[in-house]
Amino acid sequence: MNMDKWSPMILSLVTFIPLAGAMLLTLLPRRDRDIRVFSLVVSLLTFVLSLHLPVHFHRALAEFQYQIDIPWIPTPNIHYHLGVDGVSMWLVVLTTFLTPLCVLISWNSIHERVKEFFILMLVLETAMIGVFVALDLFVFYFFWEATLIPMALLIGMYGHGRKVYAAVKFFMYTMIASMFMLAAILWLYAKVGTFDFVTLQSAIRAGQVDNFASAAQWLFLGFFIAFAVKVPLFPFHTWLPDAHVEAPTAGSVLLAGVLLKMGTYGMLRFNLGLFPEQARANAWWVMILALIGVIYGALVALVQPNMKKLIAYSSISHLGFVILGIFSFTQAGLDGATFVMLAHGVSTGGLFMLAGILYERRHTYEIAEFGGLATSMPVYAAFFLFVVLASVGLPLLNGFVGEFLVLSGAFQARAVYGILGATGVIWSAGYLLWMYQRVFFGKITHASNETLPDMDLRERIALVPAAIAALVMGVAPLLWLNAIDPAVHAALVPFEQLAGKVVGQ
Amino acid sequence: MNTAELTRILPQGVEYVRILPEIILSLFGMAIMVLDPLVDQRASRKLLGIIALAGSVAAVLATLYQAQYPGTAFWGMVKVDSFSVFFHFVVTAITAVVILTSYEYMDVQNIRAGEYYGLILFGAVGMCLMSSAVELVLIFIALEISSISTYVLAGFRRRAATSAESSLKYFLLGSFATAFFLYGVAMMFGATGSTSIAVIGQVLRTNSIPLLAYAGIALMFVGLGFKVAAAPFHVWTPDVYEGAPAPVVGFMSTAPKAAVFAVLLRVMFEANAPGRVWLIWVAAALSMTLGNVGALVQQNVKRLLAYSSIAHAGYLLVAFAALPANGIPAAMFYTASYAAMNVGAFAVVAHFAGAGERRISLDEYAGLGRKSPVLAATLTIFLLSLIGIPTTGGFFAKFYVFSAALQANLVGLTMIGVLNSAVGAYYYLRVIVMMYMRESRDEAPVAPLSISLSTALAISVIATIYLGILPGQVLEFASRSATELMR
Repeated sequence: MNMDKWSPMILSLVTFIPLAGAMLLTLLPRRDRDIRVFSLVVSLLTFVLSLHLPVHFHRALAEFQYQIDIPWIPTPNIHYHLGVDGVSMWLVVLTTFLTPLCVLISWNSIHERVKEFFILMLVLETAMIGVFVALDLFVFYFFWEATLIPMALLIGMYGHGRKVYAAVKFFMYTMIASMFMLAAILWLYAKVGTFDFVTLQSAIRAGQVDNFASAAQWLFLGFFIAFAVKVPLFPFHTWLPDAHVEAPTAGSVLLAGVLLKMGTYGMLRFNLGLFPEQARANAWWVMILALIGVIYGALVALVQPNMKKLIAYSSISHLGFVILGIFSFTQAGLDGATFVMLAHGVSTGGLFMLAGILYERRHTYEIAEFGGLATSMPVYAAFFLFVVLASVGLPLLNGFVGEFLVLSGAFQARAVYGILGATGVIWSAGYLLWMYQRVFFGKITHASNETLPDMDLRERIALVPAAIAALVMGVAPLLWLNAIDPAVHAALVPFEQLAGKVVGQ
Repeated sequence: MNTAELTRILPQGVEYVRILPEIILSLFGMAIMVLDPLVDQRASRKLLGIIALAGSVAAVLATLYQAQYPGTAFWGMVKVDSFSVFFHFVVTAITAVVILTSYEYMDVQNIRAGEYYGLILFGAVGMCLMSSAVELVLIFIALEISSISTYVLAGFRRRAATSAESSLKYFLLGSFATAFFLYGVAMMFGATGSTSIAVIGQVLRTNSIPLLAYAGIALMFVGLGFKVAAAPFHVWTPDVYEGAPAPVVGFMSTAPKAAVFAVLLRVMFEANAPGRVWLIWVAAALSMTLGNVGALVQQNVKRLLAYSSIAHAGYLLVAFAALPANGIPAAMFYTASYAAMNVGAFAVVAHFAGAGERRISLDEYAGLGRKSPVLAATLTIFLLSLIGIPTTGGFFAKFYVFSAALQANLVGLTMIGVLNSAVGAYYYLRVIVMMYMRESRDEAPVAPLSISLSTALAISVIATIYLGILPGQVLEFASRSATELMR
């Protein structure tokens, strides 16, 4: 196959195959089994195609690759401009990797309105990939908003408990926050006349934007608030526990695994990429909020009686690490932040899948309802332990690498950031292992737990890839990092110049 | 008088082409009125509906034909340019879709069809004329033609007291508002010595602006603002929309509004209205805020959409405060995409309401996603467009309006607008939540979709999505007409 012919097409293919699959699904008759198989095939096909990206990626290069740039709408000047660098490429692969697992994990747990469920999931996949590959701010916003509806519907239609409350809260939080981003994007367009990220970036760096100095702080905040709510950064986090607890398992996996990363990715790409000076000026309070998130998230996770809520708060804590790494403006910090994004996607995705498996059997997430499960479900207990350890940050598993890099970056930025951040690692070991102990060890306290069936083949197939990924990422992180590193280095160039300026004065 | 003199005075053949859509609509309307007593009542609904549809489709075609003959007609009172063609197309297309929607509604509600279809066509005549009239007195006459038809149409559910209330309220307040408009026209004439928009524009551009002109503009804005349901002249909207038949609401919340916005565009921009920005600024900010806040607490879907239409009038007005070069196309694009989504939404409401319009409260929409997936999905698309989610026309409509406002440095108004769209998302979302996330209380089935209604919905959905994915062509056309208008 001719490579050059494929390169510009591949991103569009990866992005839109799930959407095409969803459209075909609308035409299929309501035979649930066929729909599931079809969705699995579509999501696997997307995954296989997305592997083209890392395989043919020029790892030494920092610029965007696989670019496609064609005019879409003349006024306003919108281009269909896609491309990936080392950071976004891996996030795309993370998305395509998690989606088939979500299809598998939802195989039996969704038995009503099956067709709608998988349509929504595939539409969501397209939107998520689109967010990571878009290089036109308009296209980015387009996909950003497009993730909102399928996710809100997934929570509201297939969740449990206070699902409607959770769905509306999720929608309104993100919607209102992204309005500020839209206003900032519009301002930039009004001044520069383009939505193109690369053009905007060079125009800003060259100082060609009128009134930029006076508006830059507001623009930075406009973007920042949209991303901070998505991450979520303390104090914008309250939608997350609600959304997670009420969401169906697949929704939680994609929410924690991918949607939260859209926020941190946005900060890395846009807040750092377009407004480096403002990023530096605002870093001190962002760091403080991130540290509060790390510690507060961990402390709240510690006392959660609900397994899913515990994992949700652990996400707040872990995503705090990511922001800590990003706003340390160091090579190690940013490398680590990107790596934590990927590792968290895999391991927390795994945790949510495991919690979902338990929920299917017992219809509760209350930790007090369990105990001694290691005797009745040994394979499940082994998988759970593996994923917990990965999440805690055991060396040789994926969590360790990223956290280590982030912390070393935070130390370089300011020692106190590193010290406070490091406590988060200790806390995470605390709450996860304590939960593990309460759920799996000791005597079986509830009779209904004695006869729980262990994981079946389908569930094992869903979990094995996550476990393997966690292991490989821990043993050979360079496979990922050597693509991330040049991209991160390019993002940091203005900061080094900035530092030079300060020192020069 | 000899023949040569007669041909000089009498209109030329091409001048009739320039009012061809109006002629066609009137002829079909009259044909319906004449036929109505001659055919049996049951059969009449079918037959007259088909005639009305044929008339509106013929008017659409006539508009396209007319576009090749731009110019003025009838002693400079009517002007065909791409601006008027745009609004003719919007109005006639709305008329066609509304007639398709009404087809099934007439049977379900057991309404006499003759006058109904006739009045819709006559109303459309007035609206078409409004968009091509360039002389204030003719605009007034056209406004009256369109208004009187809609007053009567609002009362067509004769057995419902709310419908009579709606009609009467609309008539009383509406006549009051048109009087304001006329008074404004008179003052404008006093200030500039002309009722021709082009001449007024010239006078106001060259001479110092007399105080009377400010008063004239303000009074005209009161009259026109009433017609588009802009705050603070919006109070009638919820009651009138609640009582009027649902397809009629779909009609009168889009077609006359489009026409009046066309008039407003001509008055504000072509006539170079003085004091435009602050007048509009206040009305737009008020409409957006009052509309959205009012909609938050509504339990009746028709009232909810009524408040939403007030809010949308506000968004649209934002474009009027911007510069003509991008304000006019933004406003035109907004009218078109608002028409597509709102006519569609009311078509769904009309169908779902059932006999006697019993099912119009929000609670009854619970479980619609399960009962009728197609109907729920269609309504969801319209609601998402009303929220302004990307891939729908509503998104680009808001986008163009707000970026036009930003280019005119109206940052405050833009922020009000953007925050309002966020508030707006909440109440549209309530409907979606109802349809998909709540279980229905009864198992009363939803009537299957008829062919005519499916066609109407399909046209609306396609238009909404088309404007959301490929807005370029329409916007370019609008920009071109804006330059023509301002030349």
